[in-house]
Amino acid sequence: MSKAEIFNRIRAGLHVAKDDEVRRQAVRNRLQAKASNIIPKRAQLPTAEMMSLFLEMATESAAEVIELSGRNELAQAVENWLSVNGIDHLVTANDSNLTELSWSTDTTLIRERRPAQVGDEASLTNAFCAIAETGTVMLYSGEHSPTTLNFLPDCHLIVVSASTLVGPYEDAWSRLREKFPESMPRTVNLITGPSRSADIEQRLQMGAHGPRRLIIFMLHDE
Amino acid sequence: MQVRSPEFKESARIALTDANLQKALGNLKAGFPAKRATAAARLPEFEALRDQARDLKNHIIEHLDLYLEEFERNVTANGGTVHWCRTAEDARQTILQICREQGAKTVTKGKSMVTEEIGLNEYLEKQGIEPVETDLGEYILQLRQDHPSHIVAPAIHLTLDDVADAFHEHHKRPRSEDPAVLMQEAREMLRKKFVSADVGITGANFLIAETGSTIICTNEGNGDLTQTLPKTHVVVSSIEKVVPTLEDMTLFLRLLARSATGQEFTVYNTLSTGPRRPGDTDGPENFHVVLVDNGRSEMVGSEFQEMLRCIRCSACMNHCPVYGAVGGQTYGWVYPGPMGSVLTPQMVGIEQAGLLPNASTFCGKCEEVCPVRIPLPKLMRHWRDKEYEKHLSPAAVRYGLKFWAFFAKRPGLYRLLSASSNRFLRLMAGKKGRATRLPLAGGWTDHRDIPAPSGKTFMQQWQEQNR
Repeated sequence: MSKAEIFNRIRAGLHVAKDDEVRRQAVRNRLQAKASNIIPKRAQLPTAEMMSLFLEMATESAAEVIELSGRNELAQAVENWLSVNGIDHLVTANDSNLTELSWSTDTTLIRERRPAQVGDEASLTNAFCAIAETGTVMLYSGEHSPTTLNFLPDCHLIVVSASTLVGPYEDAWSRLREKFPESMPRTVNLITGPSRSADIEQRLQMGAHGPRRLIIFMLHDE
Repeated sequence: MQVRSPEFKESARIALTDANLQKALGNLKAGFPAKRATAAARLPEFEALRDQARDLKNHIIEHLDLYLEEFERNVTANGGTVHWCRTAEDARQTILQICREQGAKTVTKGKSMVTEEIGLNEYLEKQGIEPVETDLGEYILQLRQDHPSHIVAPAIHLTLDDVADAFHEHHKRPRSEDPAVLMQEAREMLRKKFVSADVGITGANFLIAETGSTIICTNEGNGDLTQTLPKTHVVVSSIEKVVPTLEDMTLFLRLLARSATGQEFTVYNTLSTGPRRPGDTDGPENFHVVLVDNGRSEMVGSEFQEMLRCIRCSACMNHCPVYGAVGGQTYGWVYPGPMGSVLTPQMVGIEQAGLLPNASTFCGKCEEVCPVRIPLPKLMRHWRDKEYEKHLSPAAVRYGLKFWAFFAKRPGLYRLLSASSNRFLRLMAGKKGRATRLPLAGGWTDHRDIPAPSGKTFMQQWQEQNR
């Protein structure tokens, strides 16, 4: 009932009929074309410059970036980081790209594969892609990538493959549509730096409700 | 929320002498405008993006019914449900019904101005359901039984001292004046609430017709925990937030954070599409979108249609000298500042909100910074017209205007009067060139001098130069 009333009022305001084919065609065209609007020049760069822009913007957003050459270095880099920060517990997504790494056997590190729980200190996830324009990473929810891992733990460790780096957001949407041609995953996260708030006297504090620290492992050869 | 807009003048008087509020407002003026200017300067395309955003919003409003139809189709196709609500009461009942179906006792909430608009918290409380605000600013306000004074930084009218007091009282911990410690306290208190809530309610910054997704833009991550942990996610949004595609959403995202807080991008931009999928190991099992009209469809085709372009960035209030002087709560309802002075009369009636569009110097700064170029002064002027037409203006204003009109329609008399008042003002100003006291103008001269007119009247100069 409400819907019809709302629509009638909108159409009366616009002085149009319900079955106005010209309007319907305009809407169909726009939805089908999925045309880009203005894309800032900053985001349209050759690959090498795109990487330096990503690193610069991610750092500006207070993410910490650790550069590695390939996935073979990942397990040790993660273990080092955790040990330096006194963390002996890591939750990962049930993703073979993360679980089947060359993890040390002689370590006290406890690794679990599950969604996050209150009290988790650190999580390790795989980014779907990275966006140079603002140093942003994109993740989506799925069987092998629960969303809670991105928000509940104190520290969020994200793995980014250099080959997934794009310039503007628009290229990330194209990749997402390619991966999911039928429908979007339940959740798509664009994350730019760790959680923060300036709600107390406009003074910026890091670590409001989401992770206090965001660590990006950039795999240059992958 | 009770409408206190008719008390604007008295509230403003109190606000101007409230040292604590003035200290808090100082933080606003020093922060947001400078940060926005820096962010805008860093993006050479910023002005062109604003033009494009204005045009796209106009296109959307002209096809609003059709994009909403497409949005609903895609929400449904992804397993979600759309609820259409004409009024605030419809929306409250719809949300209550969803909560009841879930047997909900506790509801966590992400920041949402639309739920403030429909007075959701008070309503749920009366029905025995506990709403828990999780945005830090909103949480502080809830503890103090207070309301937002700003649409992006809701607790901007409070000082560190106020927050320290509120937390000390409610958290039963030693009083701290360290913002980092206070935030940590809120983080710990709310963790338990996030996991025990039965329903999570968030707003939406945009609704994407193409995919049936909703998006929230937050810096804290509270909205994400709110919508991921409970069994049911309810999105409450107003109808004008629909955009055609992800690309179109992107246009607004490039403007939103820069205009609001001066950030390059908000920390968490999160798209939600339907409930969790088969195989997903977390996320809500139910997904509802409650679409609220509450007077917006009446704005389509009216002189206020352009207000529907608003993306709620808060740039207008951040730059407004009146808002900066009296703060958001003086406006007496949910939406403060210039955008509120246009929206509030629409939603609560010009009879109650007539003072708001008058509380403007028309300096034009709001229009200058609006990312979708809403002509806010023009829209406030429309409300002043309506107020006059409805004979709602105070007698002094009506007779003053009639008095002025009498002379304005008689140019000879008008010139005579303006030339003699010119002489009178110069006489009053004396050698200093500034009058400290004037009959009938105490409201001005109590606080500042009035400078004497420097020379001849406009008409005298015009005649001399055209001779």
